[in-house]
Amino acid sequence: MGLSEPSADLHLTTLARHGRWLVVSTVAGSGGGHVGGPLSAMDLLVALFFRVLRIRPDDPGWADRDRFILSKGHSSVGLYAVMALRGYFPVGELATFDKGDSRLQGHPDMTRLPGLDASTGSLGQGLAVGLGMALGARMRGRDLHTFVLLGDGECQEGMVWESVQVAARYRLGNLTAIVDQNGLQQYGWPLAEDGPRGADAAGTGDRADPWPGRSLAAAFEAFGWRAIEIDGHDFGAVEAACLRARDAVGEGRPTAILARTVKGRGISFAEGRHGWHTRVATPEELERARLELDIDAEGLPR
Amino acid sequence: MRAMRDAWAETLIELASSDPDIVVLDADLATSTRADAFARAHPERFLEMGIAEQDMVGVAAGLASMGFVPWLSSFAVFFTHRALDQVRMLVAQAHANVKIGAAYSGLLTGLTGKTHQDVQDLAIMRAMPGMTVLAPADAFECASMVRWASATPGPVYLRLARDAGDDVFDAGYAFVPGRVHALREGRDALLVSTGAQTARCLRAAALLEAAGVSAGVLHVPSLKPLDEDGLLDAVRDVPLLFSVEEHTVLGGLGGLLSEILSAREPRRLVRIGLEDCWGESAPNDFLLEKHGLSPERVAARVVHESAAVPRRDR
Repeated sequence: MGLSEPSADLHLTTLARHGRWLVVSTVAGSGGGHVGGPLSAMDLLVALFFRVLRIRPDDPGWADRDRFILSKGHSSVGLYAVMALRGYFPVGELATFDKGDSRLQGHPDMTRLPGLDASTGSLGQGLAVGLGMALGARMRGRDLHTFVLLGDGECQEGMVWESVQVAARYRLGNLTAIVDQNGLQQYGWPLAEDGPRGADAAGTGDRADPWPGRSLAAAFEAFGWRAIEIDGHDFGAVEAACLRARDAVGEGRPTAILARTVKGRGISFAEGRHGWHTRVATPEELERARLELDIDAEGLPR
Repeated sequence: MRAMRDAWAETLIELASSDPDIVVLDADLATSTRADAFARAHPERFLEMGIAEQDMVGVAAGLASMGFVPWLSSFAVFFTHRALDQVRMLVAQAHANVKIGAAYSGLLTGLTGKTHQDVQDLAIMRAMPGMTVLAPADAFECASMVRWASATPGPVYLRLARDAGDDVFDAGYAFVPGRVHALREGRDALLVSTGAQTARCLRAAALLEAAGVSAGVLHVPSLKPLDEDGLLDAVRDVPLLFSVEEHTVLGGLGGLLSEILSAREPRRLVRIGLEDCWGESAPNDFLLEKHGLSPERVAARVVHESAAVPRRDR
């Protein structure tokens, strides 16, 4: 695996810094949007689009491509930033995000932007669509893998567990759910006296974890899935878990990758703060974020 | 007389024999919807999804994206109410090639009552951009619609009645989207109807004829798309106009007619259907009688409204 080489990691780290800057600056430019979730998912998205997914950015409809669904559709700007860096469209188009007639909708719209495999944004729905793709791929005899990225707050939606149940029943080894477990949701519950804090394993969040004291890995396993718990900011771990899932297709079990992340990751004053779920950075905050992410005046990573 | 659900399943069995892309997904109601017949005929293309309609709709969208033509088997109410957001976002907005076989629509759902009756489906589904909304009158029309929908890309909602009624068409019927059908001419009144109610309207017209009232029947099987000009031509010269539907009077066929008339040729319309109320579990005859949808009650309503129309307007 190339990721054990420091230079490969450095490349991904640089891309992720750039991606994070595009997220926070794009949202600042559009005057609204989600920040915390796209930042927590950024390393997952970079690993997927630059190391895992078999895709052709210049031929987004390629029939045998791996399928990717951002079920946590409100993190769209993170996906767009990574798609732009991967060459699906010019980085400059990010300036149209959330503007009228844009291909870059607040929540992904597959009818507008080639390269999106599903329209998402109503939480809980993406895994079912991915299930259908995985089932269809198997019925067609196609060797492709379907990855669905969910949020841990999203897993509060009942429909997710309908899909979890059915995917195991059909023994869909070619389906992988990745949960961006950033430990916070938009508002959620207040911190309890003795309850776990959200945001990361160390518990630095300012609100309660969406699943306090509960193991999502155990829940997936109870339904017959293989569960892999990783640090969602460790590129090597993300790639290794995804490749493990892909290699284990024959075992006939779908894979859940529980990726522990930090909401707002990469911008110190956003990390662990539920208020940064949606927030527009002030000019001063934007400048601080630029310096922290080591981005030059042209908006490029140093 | 054959039930629409039987025609639905038999037509799909036949189509699937030559079209490898057709699959049927069921949410554990196959013995009711008749999808079990498809399961026996094409077991490799029957996908049981369990009692999980929201997931089923999403899976269908995924299968459609892989080139399949998925038909969904469940009760209408579980698509238009329980899985509405999934139908809205994953099927309609996404232009997914998913076909919704909405069994047990309307009021006559086999002694199941308010949970299972769906008398709002037409209002809900026709308000959805990108959705084709069809309500066949009988098994012949149902079979033709299944063929058309299977061969036509895009989302389709097919409203199926549980029980067989009188045949309205015959084996030579060929569905044309949007077209309205003048089934009976009448000088005094016109009953505009859709779905299984059309057969009962034809019976009502026969009763009216015996009573000396000449009532026509216009069948509107395709609420969306709709040939508005054809509809207006058919209703223009009739003194008294009724919409009759096994559905709430709000937003369904009556709502549709009101919208078109008010915008283009304003006139009075009497809407017959459920008066903004819930159903209940009861025999079909009881329910049709209670809600004014039996042939006798429809005929009586026409006579009543005729008497109220001033002579110069008749």
